Amino acid sequence: MTLRTYVIARVLLTIPMIFILLTTVFFVMRVLPGDPVQMHFEKMASPEAMARMRIQLGLDKPLWAQYFDYVVGLFRGDLGKSMQDYSPVGQQIFSAFPATLELAICSMLIAGLIGVFLGVESAKAYNKPKDHVIRVFGIVTYAIPVFFLGMMLQMIFGVWLHWLPTGGRIAPGMDPTGLNIPLSASSSAFAAYFLAPCLVGVILASIYLVVAKMKHKKFGRKAFAVSLALFAAGWAISAGLGWYFVSSGGVHVSTGLFTVDSLLEGNIFKFGLSLKYLLLPSLTLGLVLCGIFIRLTRSNVFETVRLDFVTAAKARGLKDSTVTYWYALRNAFLPVLTMMGLEFAMLLGGAVLTETTFSWPGLGRYLVDRINFRDYTAIQGAVVVFGLFVSLVSLIVDLLYAYLDPRIRL
Amino acid sequence: MLAWIIPGMGSLARRRGLAGKVVILGAILTAFIIVMTVLSPWITPYNPSKINVGTPLTAPDSQFPLGTDNVGRDMLSRVIAGGGVMLQVALVSVAVCLIVGVPLGLFSSHIGGVVDKFFSLIMDSVYAFPGIILAIAFAMVLGRGVINMALAIAVVYVPSYFRVIRSQVLSIKELPYVEAANSIGAKRGTILRRYILPNVLPSIVVVATVNFADAILTAAGLTFIGLGVPVNVPDWGWDLTNGRSLLPSGKWWVITFPGIMIILLALGFTLMGEGLSELLNPRLEQGAEK
Repeated sequence: MTLRTYVIARVLLTIPMIFILLTTVFFVMRVLPGDPVQMHFEKMASPEAMARMRIQLGLDKPLWAQYFDYVVGLFRGDLGKSMQDYSPVGQQIFSAFPATLELAICSMLIAGLIGVFLGVESAKAYNKPKDHVIRVFGIVTYAIPVFFLGMMLQMIFGVWLHWLPTGGRIAPGMDPTGLNIPLSASSSAFAAYFLAPCLVGVILASIYLVVAKMKHKKFGRKAFAVSLALFAAGWAISAGLGWYFVSSGGVHVSTGLFTVDSLLEGNIFKFGLSLKYLLLPSLTLGLVLCGIFIRLTRSNVFETVRLDFVTAAKARGLKDSTVTYWYALRNAFLPVLTMMGLEFAMLLGGAVLTETTFSWPGLGRYLVDRINFRDYTAIQGAVVVFGLFVSLVSLIVDLLYAYLDPRIRL
Repeated sequence: MLAWIIPGMGSLARRRGLAGKVVILGAILTAFIIVMTVLSPWITPYNPSKINVGTPLTAPDSQFPLGTDNVGRDMLSRVIAGGGVMLQVALVSVAVCLIVGVPLGLFSSHIGGVVDKFFSLIMDSVYAFPGIILAIAFAMVLGRGVINMALAIAVVYVPSYFRVIRSQVLSIKELPYVEAANSIGAKRGTILRRYILPNVLPSIVVVATVNFADAILTAAGLTFIGLGVPVNVPDWGWDLTNGRSLLPSGKWWVITFPGIMIILLALGFTLMGEGLSELLNPRLEQGAEK
């Protein structure tokens, strides 16, 4: 199987997986006893009010029609209307998502760093007391409920030491705005349409020329044509962007990730502040997840250290840390990488509880908040988005793995 | 006790020093908590559900070694008695997983073909999904109660059983003695029951033990976000939820001790599972002996 066939097969397999998940969630929510509308009102509303709500949400249609509507809506990015306030669920999820993404990335980094470091240390001290201590630590992290660890850290660093905030994403009114450059059409038109695009074009063309020079290509008619074309393309694209930004009143770039946005805004104080708020939740989640990384790194490094090429590296007199980190770990890293795909699902599960503990306004907290309102559409939407996210990440990890390790494609 | 579950396991546990000790440590921890929970009506110093036994929110002292909660209940009594719900939920969910997951895994992998592909795809889809999120959705739809909560948790973990059993059966199926049984005309059911199942049993025990810990943690999580079992018996998960609002005022004892109990219980099962899986798959240990 070539890499291309593998990629196609893997992508095609993801589609039924998402579809099965979607279908299961949809039918479980509908078929199991308990009418959503009745549950929502807790049987307190008049039959007319309930009937009105059913019509408004399309719940009066037959089941297959509802399913069809839902699937068609999904392709348009429409996740239905919230049962609580009738606003589109898709938008609510979209605005809550970056917070979860930020938490997930940061915790994965922490889990990976702690896990790989301790795993290597453990493998180096195989079957010595240090190894046992690290392994016990790994097993204990696995047995800790994530929200309990979160509350303990809140207690220690928030309530007792007052070092870090115990909840929320950033101090009220301090939300970073992202990159904001106001442009008025009259004053900056010259810069936006001519100067900046020219600069971009020149940069593009010179990059090409430098690369060509490095590859020892002759500077002939063809190279001249290519650099001219690059200049024109760069000019056209950035002039188009310039036109777009000027006509919309300026440049606004906001990722929703507070750490990135505060940097884009150029506000170091806000960056520090958002890091401060991010630290405890991601440390909690990272610590709970690092156990699997410890175990995998330990066993893989231990097996790799005994291979000939590592012995050879040692024999050449390389430093001990160089041998373990640059030779053994690099080759032991592939299994750790695959684990990251599966680990990511656990991470998102843990994120739901962590977000609840730290009042982190992400997708998990949205899900938990909506449980209290029995908001079926919102919960279904959140579950489906979580599913899409997990499938996407595992797809990327698998493809990366196939690229790095040709054996998997066989 | 182990020797009864799996023939030969007891001697294995004796031979492999550390892993065997880990299993025994886990078993002692678990047995201690189970016995404590069962005996709790007789050994708690106060009635764990009775309010105003002491002044509300007394810090740990000589009269109340673990303090009291916000309505003056004795935390020590609640810690001793609080494991019941969680143990029941975990037990029922593991039982459901065994009843559904094991036969499904056996048959699907033995039959093979399209049926196997179909089940594997479904199970892989569920397996790849964040467990607790699915459990939240199911628990909300099913409503409260021990059985419902256990079912919501079981749905999430059936795929782990299915996958382990399937991969085991697929490798055992190719062994010469199964082939021999096939060639002398043994029925499919007989082969599954008498030739394959006994060899899959050890892995089933490992999965179920590890799964116990998962089920306990998931149950605690569900209770924490307000989908717990509404009973008026003490419950560690409920105490944690209750103590969360007392946390900003620094009342650490209301959450700390129930939390530690949950960790100990989950740890007991995890240690057992860890040790057992190492006993059954001693690849790493053999490497060390070289």
